[in-house]
This record gives sequence, C-alpha cells and structure tokens, in this order.
Amino acid sequence: MLDNKKLTELKLTAANVRKHVLTGVHAAASGHPGGSLSIADVVTLLYCEVMNTSPEMAKNPDRDRFVLSKGHCAPALYGILAERGYFPKEDIATLRKTGSYLQGHPDMKGIPGVDMSSGSLGQGISAANGMALAGKIDKRDYRVYTILGDGELEEGQVWEAAMYAAHYNLDNLCAFVDFNGLQIDGDISKVMSPLPIDKKFEAFGWNVIVCDAHDFNALLDAINQAKETKGKPTMIILKSVKGKGVSFMENVASWHGSAPNDEQYEAAIAEIDAEIERIKEGA
Amino acid sequence: MAKSATREAYGLALAEFGEKYDIIVLDADLSKSTKTDTFLKKFPERFFNTGIAEGNMMSTAAGLASCGKIVFASSFAMFAAGRAFEQIRNGICYPKLNVKIGATHAGISVGEDGATHQCLEDIGIMRTIPNMVIINPADKAESILAVEAAIKHDGPVYLRFGRLAVPEIFDRDTYKFEIGKGVELIEGNDVTIIATGLLVPEAMEASEKLKAEGISARVINMATIKPIDREIIEKAAKETGAIVTAEEHNVIGGLGSAVAEVLCELAPVPMLRIGTQDVFGQSGKPAELLEIYGLTADNIVKKAKEAIKLKK
Repeated sequence: MLDNKKLTELKLTAANVRKHVLTGVHAAASGHPGGSLSIADVVTLLYCEVMNTSPEMAKNPDRDRFVLSKGHCAPALYGILAERGYFPKEDIATLRKTGSYLQGHPDMKGIPGVDMSSGSLGQGISAANGMALAGKIDKRDYRVYTILGDGELEEGQVWEAAMYAAHYNLDNLCAFVDFNGLQIDGDISKVMSPLPIDKKFEAFGWNVIVCDAHDFNALLDAINQAKETKGKPTMIILKSVKGKGVSFMENVASWHGSAPNDEQYEAAIAEIDAEIERIKEGA
Repeated sequence: MAKSATREAYGLALAEFGEKYDIIVLDADLSKSTKTDTFLKKFPERFFNTGIAEGNMMSTAAGLASCGKIVFASSFAMFAAGRAFEQIRNGICYPKLNVKIGATHAGISVGEDGATHQCLEDIGIMRTIPNMVIINPADKAESILAVEAAIKHDGPVYLRFGRLAVPEIFDRDTYKFEIGKGVELIEGNDVTIIATGLLVPEAMEASEKLKAEGISARVINMATIKPIDREIIEKAAKETGAIVTAEEHNVIGGLGSAVAEVLCELAPVPMLRIGTQDVFGQSGKPAELLEIYGLTADNIVKKAKEAIKLKK
C-alpha cells in the first residue's frame, strides 16, 4: 500500500503528465491524446515507484527497461520522462516539430530515456521479449515493462510474441494492455474483436491480472504480483478510460488521433488544474 | 575445384566465431537448412529458435541488440527480407541496432521449391533502407570472412547466402575482404564484368572465353552491394568504357541498379545487366534454371560483346 503522501505525489505527477500530453499535442496540432491520457497513471507509477532506472542510469545495463509498444502514445512517455528529469519540460512544446528530438513516435537514438524505438504496432512486445531474454542470458535481474494497446492485439505479431515469452519462461517481463475499448475506427469489439483478452493470454501460458488503470494501489499490487510470479510472463489488463482526466475526451474514439484547438486546450488544462487543486486540498 | 554452398560456410563461420565473439543466433525453424544448427550444436545456450515467426524473430533480435548483444537472425531470404521487411526497417535499421540478418536460399538456384521460395527481390528491398549494409559473398572463404566483418561492423548487416554448392574460388588466408570494397579479380581493358554471388565464377570463366577471342575483359567481384564501391566502378568505366553486371537477382533494384546509379552520376558508359528480367522463377534443377534465366558464363560472353559494340 502506498501511503497518503506518496499517493498524493503520484496523483500530482500524473496530472502533470496529462498536462504535458495536452501541451505537446496541442503545440504540434497533431498526435494521440486519448490513449496517452489513458496510460498516464501507469507510466507515472512505473517511472516514479516501480522501475529501477533514472537519468543517471540511462546506460546502466542493470536498469529496468520500458518499451512503449503502443508507440503512438509517446506524449505520455515523454511527459513522465520530462517529469523525471530526462530532458527539460519546456521541450515538450517542440513535440513533432521539425528539428526537435521529440519525434512523433519514440526514438531510442535521439530521446534521453527511451529504451526502444517503437510505433509500428505489434513489434514492441517482441523487442521487450528480446530485452528480457538478454537479461536471462546475462543473469541480470532487471525487469522489462511494456504497454500494448487493446487494438494492437489485432496484430498477429503480438501472438507470436505471446507464444515466445511463455515458451522461454520470461518471468522478468511484465506487459500491460491498455484496455480502453476504443481504436481509431471505433469500438474494438466492432472493428475486430480481440476479446476475451484475459482468456487468450491465459491460454498462451501467461499469468493474467485484471486491474483498474487509474487506481495506483491496485496497479502497484498487480505489478508486485507479477514480480513474484515465477516461470511465466505476466499480462496486466488495464481497465482504462480513453481520454482519462479530460471530461470531453473521455470514452470518445475521435480523440484517439486528433489535437485539441486553442479553446479545447485551455478548457482541458483548466480541468486538470482544478483536479490538481483538489488533490492538494485532499492531501 | 571443390564446391560448397555459401550457407554451409555461414554455419561454419557462426560456429567458429562463436568461440571468439559473444554472438547470439536466432532461427525460425530452418536451422538445418540455414545451417545455424552448426552453431546450435556447439553453443546451445546462445541459440534460440523463434519458431515459424520471422517478424517476431527480427523484433526480438532488436531487443537483444539493444542490451548489447550481437545477434544473427536467420531464415530464407524470402521470409527474412520479404516477410519481415518492416520489422527490419523500423526495429533494426532505424535505431541502427547490431543485428546481422543471415538470409539463405537467395536466388533462382533454390531450384525445385519454385517461385515462392526463390527470392529475387531481397537486395532491392534491403538496399533502400538507411543504415543497412548488404553483402552477397561468392564462395566459402568470402562468406566466412564476411561473417567476421559483419560481427565487427557496428550496425545492421544483410548477409545473402545460397543453397547451391558453388566453386571455392578464394583462399581464405590470402583473400582480403573489406566491407564496401569491390575486388578486381582479372585485369582487362575492353569491357568490365561486375558480378556478385554465384555469378562471380561465371564471370571469371566468361573472361577466359573472351580472352580466347582476343577480348580483354576485366572482372570485379562486388560482394558488398551497399555501400557500393563507387571508386572501382568509376575507374572501370573510364578505363574499359563498357560495363556488364551479373547477379542472381531481378535486374530491377539489385547490383545492376546500384552500378547504373553510380555510372549515371560519375562516368556514363554503355552498360548491360544480367539477372532475372523482372519475372518470377519456377521449379527445376538449379543448373537448368540458371541456364534458362541466362545466369551463365556464355550469356556474360554474349552481353560483353554487345556492350563493347555499344561503345562510341
């Protein structure tokens, strides 16, 4: 269990990550706010509380690693990396702009703190497998985390990778599915249903945990269960809200890949600022 | 002259260099054909079968390489360069990771398996990806030397090997292999034959035949197709005035295209391309197929004479 002080800090950091998401996407006038907002809490918990990594450890072979398999949600990753001091927060406003190192999708060669380039769906989980396998070969005890989209499960490679991780007993791998139920063309169950997600991964030999994506204690508990699970990889299915934290973006598929205009941006920031005040008052 | 398939040399090289270098080998259920099983027998703890899942294999290789490993990922050229193109492009070449793709069974000489397995497009596909190095060795010695050069090279490399036994034309102890350098095998002044892979011994034979007719044909072995040796091509064009390229690949996108690009920019001279003429292959015995598609010394002789006639 997280104590109240820690919980407050996490909530405030996640709120700031959400503001970075909106600021970056608004400045770029393009990008993917919906899915970035739905994973803001989990990336905050990973980088603030779970992962053994820091800007100083960026080249350390023993650090924990993270792969954003749903690479289009880079604004959330960049948001938490900026919060953790990997690069200046002001640079978020250069997202997707010519000459900026903050590419539209994660670029490990140019962006401090990015462990793997990603963006083409289905490939990140395989790369995470490779990292986990390297850890096994070298007998290092780092862990590898990766987040997939629920729509991403429609990519066949995800299931090649699922087979592989279980076959090689990659218990140092903890994957998440951001189960917000929406993809670009609409409801995942209408576009091409990957359901039931839990039974599929169980059948592939994974330890499966279903968890509220916006409850830090539940998330930490699930991640700790994954750490204790030996002999197989863990999939944590995050029951999330697409667009979480901005009322007019919540559960609306069209916010998958469109940027807010000036008015919408100001309204969204005001909403998160009000939430920040409430968190501070509650603390 | 002794003969052996370059895929055999690939397996031998992996097993040999596994002693000296900390390499990891991945294969997609074809280890007995790609010959990575030679490595597997010696270093089972560093061999990982990915099953019949080439896309996953390439992305897994990227993850391993991001943790400092030198990774060889093997399959048939068709499924490596073909099926896994995008994983190679986005996951390996974009971040310039240390993955070496060992693609065997390239070209028409795959034989009886037919068109679906005769990859004649891989050089073209791989050549358009930034950061990629492409090596198409001609024989056993060159294959072994190319594998070591690939290990020492920091970044992705596409190594192209064949199924068919081909003449062992080089001596490993004296032959110098360097990535990006063509090698002049036979001197000549009337025309230059630039060949790669199993067309190299054919080009040498063609040069001998031309010599008997009083024609002096230079032969260059172009094992590295990317980065292409611009200097040796420019020199050959200026000194001999006509070029013939010979490769076991579609004339679109492969060695012929790479040489033509250099000639256009640096030294335009008449040029003819030997390769498959933008057609799919078919089942048959390798030697028969090489004959049907004109991948022979005799066809090189014919094209060399035509190229000379095109000179002003």
